[in-house]
Amino acid sequence: MKERLEQIKKEAIEQIQASDMPEKLNDVRVRFLGKKGELTAVLKGMKDVAPEERPRVGQLVNETRAAIEAIMEETKQKMEKAIREEKLKAEVIDVTLPSKKNRVGHRHPNTIALEEVERIFVGMGYEVVEGPDVEYDLYNFEKLNIPADHPAKDEQDTFYINKEIVLRTQTSPVQARVMEQGKLPVRMIAPGRVFRSDEVDATHSPSFHQIEGLVIDKNISFADLKGTLEVFAKELFGPQTKTKFRPHHFPFTEPSAEVDVSCFKCGGKGCRFCKGSGWIEILGCGMVHPHVLEMCGIDPEEYGGFAFGVGLERIALLKYEIDDMRLLYENDIRFLKQF
Amino acid sequence: MNTSLSWIKAYVPELDVAAQEYADAMTLSGTKVEGYVELDADLDKIVIGQIDRIERHPDADKLVVCQVNIGTEVTQIVTGADNVFEGAKVPVVLDGGRVAGGHDGSKTPGGIKIKKGKLRGVVSNGMMCSIEELGSTKDMYPESPENGIYIFPEDAEIGASAVKVLGLDDVVFEYEVTSNRVDCFSVIGIAREAAATFGKKFVPPVVPETGNGEDVNEYVKVSVENTELCPRYCARVVKNIKIGPSPKWMQRRLASVGIRPINNLVDITNYVMEEYGQPMHAYDLDTIAGRQIVVKNARDGEKFTTLDGQERQMDTDVLMICDGEKAIGIAGIMGGENSMITDDVKTMLFEAACFDGVNIRKSSKRVGLRTDASGKFEKGLDPNNAKAAIDRACQLVEEMGAGEVVGGTVDVYGKKKEPVRVPFDAGKINAMLGTDISGEKMLEYLKQIDLEYDEEAKEVIAPTFRQDLFRLADIAEEVARFYGYDNIPTTLPTGEATTGKLTFKLRIEQAARDIAEFCGFSQGMCYSFESPKVFDKLRIPADSPLRRAVEIMNPLGEDYSIMRTISLNGMLTSLATNYNRRNKDVRLYELGNIYLPKSLPLTELPEERMQFTLGMYGKGDFFSMKGVVEEFFEKIGMKDRETYDPNAGKPFLHPGRQANIIYDGKIMGYLGEIHPEVADTYGIGERAYIAVIDMPEIMGYATFDRKYFGIAKYPAVSRDISMVVPKQILAGQIEEVIAAKGGKYLESYALFDLYEGSQIREGFKSVAYSTVFRAQDKTLEDAEVAAAMDRILKGLEGMGIELRR
Repeated sequence: MKERLEQIKKEAIEQIQASDMPEKLNDVRVRFLGKKGELTAVLKGMKDVAPEERPRVGQLVNETRAAIEAIMEETKQKMEKAIREEKLKAEVIDVTLPSKKNRVGHRHPNTIALEEVERIFVGMGYEVVEGPDVEYDLYNFEKLNIPADHPAKDEQDTFYINKEIVLRTQTSPVQARVMEQGKLPVRMIAPGRVFRSDEVDATHSPSFHQIEGLVIDKNISFADLKGTLEVFAKELFGPQTKTKFRPHHFPFTEPSAEVDVSCFKCGGKGCRFCKGSGWIEILGCGMVHPHVLEMCGIDPEEYGGFAFGVGLERIALLKYEIDDMRLLYENDIRFLKQF
Repeated sequence: MNTSLSWIKAYVPELDVAAQEYADAMTLSGTKVEGYVELDADLDKIVIGQIDRIERHPDADKLVVCQVNIGTEVTQIVTGADNVFEGAKVPVVLDGGRVAGGHDGSKTPGGIKIKKGKLRGVVSNGMMCSIEELGSTKDMYPESPENGIYIFPEDAEIGASAVKVLGLDDVVFEYEVTSNRVDCFSVIGIAREAAATFGKKFVPPVVPETGNGEDVNEYVKVSVENTELCPRYCARVVKNIKIGPSPKWMQRRLASVGIRPINNLVDITNYVMEEYGQPMHAYDLDTIAGRQIVVKNARDGEKFTTLDGQERQMDTDVLMICDGEKAIGIAGIMGGENSMITDDVKTMLFEAACFDGVNIRKSSKRVGLRTDASGKFEKGLDPNNAKAAIDRACQLVEEMGAGEVVGGTVDVYGKKKEPVRVPFDAGKINAMLGTDISGEKMLEYLKQIDLEYDEEAKEVIAPTFRQDLFRLADIAEEVARFYGYDNIPTTLPTGEATTGKLTFKLRIEQAARDIAEFCGFSQGMCYSFESPKVFDKLRIPADSPLRRAVEIMNPLGEDYSIMRTISLNGMLTSLATNYNRRNKDVRLYELGNIYLPKSLPLTELPEERMQFTLGMYGKGDFFSMKGVVEEFFEKIGMKDRETYDPNAGKPFLHPGRQANIIYDGKIMGYLGEIHPEVADTYGIGERAYIAVIDMPEIMGYATFDRKYFGIAKYPAVSRDISMVVPKQILAGQIEEVIAAKGGKYLESYALFDLYEGSQIREGFKSVAYSTVFRAQDKTLEDAEVAAAMDRILKGLEGMGIELRR
């Protein structure tokens, strides 16, 4: 019996080693280990074995089966590995062939700049609010300390709908609207479209965007305004950015200032971009005029605040080095795709 | 406003600064220097030489050879100019020097380098210069010859710098003066700022009393009928006038700020206008009827000829200067031809008045005449300056020997303007600025600009020329300017914390941008105003409410004259721009307002409705656009199924390819293919698709709240429905039935086959849907699914649909 089993094992191993593909290996399994296989046949012949011999023979059969199975498994794995490698070799692709894209659209440079500004101020606790494009003269001028016949009204080249209603020339009327609501303290920015009757050219548009900022609280100082705008400039134009505050005049702030930032192209050395000065003017600001506070129902003895206004296009043109404002409103896809 | 540095130094003698330093410091203290020109930037090595001898050039008829004494030596110079003579003192540019340009007045940036060389074989060691070569003009240097070398007066010092003697060693600054600082539209005003900025002494002109023993009231009477528009009128008289050129120093100063010297009288008026910021006018007293001045409003339609010879029409709001019979000048704008000064003038009336700025501005606009004078008056001048200016003018008349000043001034001045007093509180100023400046230091800053302090009343006294100072905030700015904005610390606001956030509306708009861009659309921006012609272009009927648009009173032109009531024109124009430029597969979106008037003419603000407009041509079709709409709705939490009503009635869309987008029974917007006629009108040569979503309409449905539903644990059962459907029945109608009849286990349904063609009989189409049923809490039984299917099929059969079983 033992010799027979040895014989079977030997034959099985020979045949396993002779197999060159998984199908043949399977044939070997059927022949030796299958229901009608040779090992099974040996088991079936157990009835001829003396009962006391049976456990020993049974154990021998199992050992033989285990040995064959082990070799078979090992061979199978080697074979599969070889086949996989063969397949991988066959599947090499040219990775430099063109990609397949889901053509994603692009945001307008104005919006990208705006969202960046929003991100900075929202991070500092400012709410982003809006006001109407078509606005009462009252809010656009009167409540901002620009009474009828004020020269600033002429300077701003206002589009009129009628005597009382204008296309807002600035986002500042939102200041008055927010203050009037009387919910204090205020920390807000108000982006939006503004209109001035300028003919279209490379640096002018009758319609453009501003971002207004307003803080109203107790104990607000000009130093707070400086600090806030310094943070803003560094965030927007990079940590090396320096700011310069120059005295200026706006009817609705006092003291007022214009703010220059160090040229982010040349770092302040002076280049064509900053016209050699090393500085680029970016915004106007100041402490909210006490009379404006009074007109909006806020006691200037108790509360104070600061306001600022930034030209969105100005930032977009500067940041992305766009040399013609008209490009922003033509909507040529070759332009928009660059952002 | 322009000034030269030398003119400023006349009132700030200690000032010693380089041009850039001056510009920077002035800008930081609030007098913004826009730019400056160094008059001698392109001039180098130019001295005064005297021509000792002139000989003919041996080989050229038009050239002469000059021996010129330049102080250190006598040098030979060849010239083609024909106005030179022996003994003449001329500007000579030496070898290696530079001149600003050619004798024709052309300028060369950086100048032209002059080297010694030979002219037709004769050595020339330099060049004699014309005033143009020195960078100026005969207008500014009227003593210059028409064409030729500039000749200095006989007493000019040989070897001295010609540039200095001509006053070209100067810098001219251009300032941006803000509208509140009327006082800085004068050289004195700027000089006061300069003195304070650099901490130097300010020395304004000292004006002594002028005039002979006569009384001006014997010469002229003045009455002001409209004291509102003319708060002050000062008149003085000068007799025995001797017209002649003004002195060189005055000519140089006028030239440095671009004013052409004319004669002593005109120059004095111009000079004082620049110096004091007070315009003045001179009348020939002998032309003034009744020797009487009356200031009053014009008659409506009155014609008047100004001294430029133009006849102009007045109205009753224009203030006139009249004599006993007629108008002789438009107040503050321009004098009349009938009273102007001529070379024969014997006696002259000087006028220095104060007129209402707003009236001058409006009158000057209506009359269509803006002058240097009106430009100053319209800013609103200080009446107290008028007397000072007229006295200064008379001082100059006497000093220059231009005439005999009659004693006294006719001064019609109603309510005297008094200085404003502001209670001073250093603590509050420091609180406003965030600084810690001592009260003494503050008062020191203020004193530098002539703001005195009344110690007893504890008040700062703002002189009347400072019309911008009323309250403590104004005084704080003055302190800050001279303390230096740069020296103010930087802090961040403290106090109650606030939440930074976007409004819900802005968040929805952000989601719209995200989805549009994800779907391949790029953001465009369009104008809010457009042409009323767009309604015809979009085939909008004459009686459509869309045509009721807000109109701009003063538009840039008809093309920008109405506020848009529909967002499509901007989108179609943009698509057309791209199409014209051969851009392929263009997808654009815009988020912008339309403006719907509640009533016309407008009595309240129009309704501003944000429109989310998408447009495309190239790859994709109606259903791609529809997909974008649905992606967007899903993104903003609108989970119900949208429905589409093909009867949208949009005249600008293809009649068979348009639909209103319906959600919860309400119209949220529309989409469709652009009507070929409209596409032609705009010049879009491909099928184009648009979708417009009315953002306020979706606001009530949109939400960013999300709730998790358990992922199904039990198996789904799917059933297909195959049917033959009359062509006019829409997929949407079939879906409505499936949705309505499917019951609570119906999880989803989807169209998977649609066929029209030869195997289906005329008037019908083959449609197939797959449906999926599932229960959250159990495995569905066949009978439950069968019951649901049964209801669906019955419903469909009720619509004339044949089922293919």
